[in-house]
Amino acid sequence: MDDRRFNESGIEINPLYGPEDIAASKVGDGDDIGEPGAFPFTRGIHREMYRKRPWTMRQYTGFGNAEDTNQRFKYLIRTGNTGLNVAFDLPTQCGFDSDDDMAQGEVGRVGMAIDTLKDMEIAFDGIDIQNITVSMTINGTAAIMIAMYLVMAEKRGFDLSKLRGTCQNDILKEFVGRGTWIYPVEPSVRLVADTIEYCARHAPLYSPVSVCGYHIRESGATPTEEIAHGFCIARAYLDEGLKRGMDIDEFAYRMSFNFNIFGQFFEQICKFRAARRLWAKILKNEYAAKDPKSMWLRMIAGGGGSGLTIEQPENNIVRGAYYAMISALSGAQTIALCCYDEAYTIPSEKAQQISLRTMQIMIEEMGMTDTVDPLAGSYYVETLTNQMEAEIVRIMAEVDAEGGIVKLISEGKIQAHVSKGAYEHQKALESGAFRKVGVNCYKVEEEKPEVDMHPYKPEDAVKQTERLKAVRSGRDNAAVDAALARLKTAAEGSENMMPALVEAVKAYASVGEMNQVLTSVFGQYDEPNIF
Amino acid sequence: MSKTRKIRILLAKPGLDGHDVGAKVVARALIDAGFDVRYTGLRQSGEDIVNAARDFDADVIALSILSGSHMPICERLKGLIDAYQLTDRLWVVGGNIPAADHAALREIGVDAIYNTSSSLAEIVAAIKEKTSEQAGQDNG
Repeated sequence: MDDRRFNESGIEINPLYGPEDIAASKVGDGDDIGEPGAFPFTRGIHREMYRKRPWTMRQYTGFGNAEDTNQRFKYLIRTGNTGLNVAFDLPTQCGFDSDDDMAQGEVGRVGMAIDTLKDMEIAFDGIDIQNITVSMTINGTAAIMIAMYLVMAEKRGFDLSKLRGTCQNDILKEFVGRGTWIYPVEPSVRLVADTIEYCARHAPLYSPVSVCGYHIRESGATPTEEIAHGFCIARAYLDEGLKRGMDIDEFAYRMSFNFNIFGQFFEQICKFRAARRLWAKILKNEYAAKDPKSMWLRMIAGGGGSGLTIEQPENNIVRGAYYAMISALSGAQTIALCCYDEAYTIPSEKAQQISLRTMQIMIEEMGMTDTVDPLAGSYYVETLTNQMEAEIVRIMAEVDAEGGIVKLISEGKIQAHVSKGAYEHQKALESGAFRKVGVNCYKVEEEKPEVDMHPYKPEDAVKQTERLKAVRSGRDNAAVDAALARLKTAAEGSENMMPALVEAVKAYASVGEMNQVLTSVFGQYDEPNIF
Repeated sequence: MSKTRKIRILLAKPGLDGHDVGAKVVARALIDAGFDVRYTGLRQSGEDIVNAARDFDADVIALSILSGSHMPICERLKGLIDAYQLTDRLWVVGGNIPAADHAALREIGVDAIYNTSSSLAEIVAAIKEKTSEQAGQDNG
């Protein structure tokens, strides 16, 4: 009988590992395990890791309008969240004002609606954004949203030179999965580079980009492809930064990452350890970075939505606990843990609290923060870490050989590849080759899941459009027009567009107005046919 | 209708929802099952969808919606389907569709609803069955 087993990345898993396996799988010629806080950072980017400070607990939230979301933010902070992770509605993510025809039925539905600086001010009212750091999950309109966030922070008296926070702003992965692209690939990447350059000069502790292998994995990639494609994308942004004449150590240390945690326990942990080591090597060897901080793989390891099931949703609470353990054993800086009702709806307060308590139980009761990288030295973990690294390197080389990630994404080749992966996975799920509890084994008949659906309030959309109207009639429209004209000139030329966006934001120009200017210059992305 | 003409399915992503993993997986399954599938890509307006359905002469109009906006989208599309005289086409919707909305969607004219846990086998078999019923009705 064939009892060979493979992980999701296609690496064969042995029944037993010994010291000879670590030696045989060695990737580099130096000490690859090393010490935490020192190159190659396999064991963590900090010497003391969670002993000094546990990971940031940053649950993802946002719905309705800025007032609703502000209330939920405050609830999350009261229950122990140490960071915020903002969900925006689709019109905001795709660059439409709340009164646009394309926004009909979508305002405030999957996240918070933001039209102007006014909404941003309300959303963070009363929140100490210096100590509760804010991560914004936004991409297509990220440059606009960063401008709004920085203007809001400055108006409230925060010192931008000390302000921390993160924006997702990884547009290349949006073309692969998640889909909130707006402009063609080239100007989209230019906007990302503008934010990197602008933040390096004006908000040096702010992380303008969080490169997401996460959504590529959700779209059907294997764990090693997730890291490989993410790193190829991150390199594309670094290369843009270098083209602007910046030194690598001026901006690489603000690059952050967002990776997924669903999947097999040890494969995921080894994926993160391998990724951290490989990123350090890439920065040191390929980019000649001198500052160790530039070599740090700072990451949010979280979510895991694709691991959740509609069937027997309470099982997702257990999955979440394992996912949180994966992140903690992987040395993540931040965890945003999925909620058990998320396969159905925007999480309820109760579901959010269970996810948060899962992490708090690990910290307070399980001793999970007491020692750094507790799995180091395990024959299995170190061997698999080596093998995962080698596999990631192999995939990256393959992408480079085929013309590089930007070209492959522009042509739809990465999209086609991961979409085929998702199809194969679905077929394996249906044949039972890939086991999923409650889905193709241990099913219960006549399920009646007890999940409360998040209520959508259409009156929020009405309030939102009324506020937008009030802002438009109360602002200095000549100043708006002048700022938008300046934005157009910047977009048509080659200068950094961020100063013009900041000026437009200050004049209370809307997301839709700024986006229209940029679309008039850049046009729209046209999806390649992948079938 | 020529006997060799494959059943044509227009698979569309209406609205602003960018979650297209499921739509692409279903598209591949339908292509493998012998259907002629045209996938619109993301961000289609109601007008885009009915125009594409008419141009393609689609037998089936399939929508994938995971954002929760299925009610307003389908209510709006209903008027366009009527106006474009596409009411004889099979209309199916898949995605994150709560059971509580199924009756209202059927009321509007949606013929079949699939959720994120529906199997490809189930979707393919149902569309085969429903399109052959439809063909039978056309001939009869």
